[in-house]
Amino acid sequence: MSTYIKGETGEWEMVIGLEVHAQVTSNSKLFSGSATAFGAAPNSQVSLVDAAMPGMLPVINEYCVEQAVRTGLGLNAQIHKTSVFERKNYFYADLPQGYQISQYLHPIVGEGEIEIDLADGTTRKIGITRLHLEQDAGKSMHDQHPTKSYVDLNRSGNALMEIVSEPDMRSPEEAAAYVSKLRMIVRYLGTCDGNMDEGSMRADVNLSMRRKGETEFGTRTETKNVNSIKAIQQVIEFEAHRQVEILEEGGEIVQETRLWDPNKLETRSMRSKEDAHDYRYFPDPDLLPLTFDQAYIDAINDNLPELPDQKKHRFMNDFGLSLYDASVLIAEVSRANYYEEASKGQDPKLTANWVINELLGALNKADLDLADSPVSAQQLNQLVARIGDNTISGKIAKDVFALMMETGKDADIIIEEKGLKQVTDTGAIEALVDEVMAENPKMVEDYRGGKDKLFGFFVGQVMKKSQGKANPGAVNELLKSKLSG
Amino acid sequence: MSISPQEAKRIAKLARIGISDAEADKIGPELSNILGWIEQLSEVNTDNVEPLANVANIDLKKRKDEVTDGNIQQDVLANAPESLEGYYVVPKVVE
Repeated sequence: MSTYIKGETGEWEMVIGLEVHAQVTSNSKLFSGSATAFGAAPNSQVSLVDAAMPGMLPVINEYCVEQAVRTGLGLNAQIHKTSVFERKNYFYADLPQGYQISQYLHPIVGEGEIEIDLADGTTRKIGITRLHLEQDAGKSMHDQHPTKSYVDLNRSGNALMEIVSEPDMRSPEEAAAYVSKLRMIVRYLGTCDGNMDEGSMRADVNLSMRRKGETEFGTRTETKNVNSIKAIQQVIEFEAHRQVEILEEGGEIVQETRLWDPNKLETRSMRSKEDAHDYRYFPDPDLLPLTFDQAYIDAINDNLPELPDQKKHRFMNDFGLSLYDASVLIAEVSRANYYEEASKGQDPKLTANWVINELLGALNKADLDLADSPVSAQQLNQLVARIGDNTISGKIAKDVFALMMETGKDADIIIEEKGLKQVTDTGAIEALVDEVMAENPKMVEDYRGGKDKLFGFFVGQVMKKSQGKANPGAVNELLKSKLSG
Repeated sequence: MSISPQEAKRIAKLARIGISDAEADKIGPELSNILGWIEQLSEVNTDNVEPLANVANIDLKKRKDEVTDGNIQQDVLANAPESLEGYYVVPKVVE
């Protein structure tokens, strides 16, 4: 759904496309045998190939190719059996080759689409234009010295997938949902760790504005290297308002590269990049075209894991979960697996409530990851089973759960130790009902005189006497018959 | 295709090569000649001819995803005019 910006002269619509750079999960680099691990000592993961010494030749990492194909299949995209590496020429201190090996006219993956989930409970399809493989550049530090920059080439030559979307998004929320879903897909596939803090995923934001109802696109700007979902939304908000202001004053948008300043919360022009789009691409003479056959693609396809959207639809169809519950549960593979284990043989909706409301809430409060949860999926399964077979009430279950979080003990052990087993023996409950009625003769009279609302009071009193252990269904039934009698 | 002296200067700038106006005046026509020479190739009819990447009919060579290189910080920095604590040190390059 579009959100429109109200200007002085009318309403404006955002047109957003994203280029997401995702670092391929692999042990070694795209064209050299250096390691890719994050956080190593500067220039310790650099070979003579990565440092672009004369005469060094690139040799492609077959696993990175497989990862790109896997990601393409996860994006429901066409896989191209022939693709070509080209040189993208530009000059910068952290690019020792003077060019980036990338793909241009013939990318490895073509058009696809993914589904995004929006807060209002609707879904939308967003088109993928292409995915191509390319080398990452090194890293420069500019704040260590007044007149010098420090360069670390550890990242130089790491494999990146550049995933380009169609200009299909119309609001910051949609852009955020798109990046979240993309991140989820690559994490499910194991093709990128999606770690935005470490720069494993970053986005270039393309944005233009047009009047509401207009079908042509306006002139766009590209804001580079935005490294969080929140910042992507901030960039869009800022750029949209900046552009509307210019357009309403009768000005023109300059098609340019801009930079996001996370401190001042604004974008600004990178004037020095005015020649930057003249990359003079040409096929890399060091590398033959990348080719594979259909059997290669099929083999990868046959081993794809269940993807987020497939899982989401299965949870909704097989377990009767709402779109919201299903979306929360599939956000992480580990969470979805936990849920499936915990709900085995139990009421799926009840288990979903326990995982989402109780477990995730408690973990969040304790600042713990699911992997470190004191309560295992099997233990939660047992707790939900005890609610299901009426051993304990839902209310007592919350107390048991709190103790489980605290001690890591099984639900059954806590129920036994604390004597929390629900009283279903009608004789015992009947005795409590009689007691309560004997202690509150005035109330009984009032109730019988037509004050129906007092029923809740009696239930509360009986439950209190049983220390919450009386079966609520039995209490209701007995009270009803006794009070009316 | 004709390369003007201005175009020659721009290409030189993109490649970070300094040339004078006099050199640009000379290089422009030279580049134009080379391009004209290459353009003769377009006289050949290539309809329905698959592009040929190499004549030996070999495939792109691939390697396994194994760490076999790196850990040679001293070597990669050996030719750097300036380095400090494992970093290359270059004139400040920032917006």
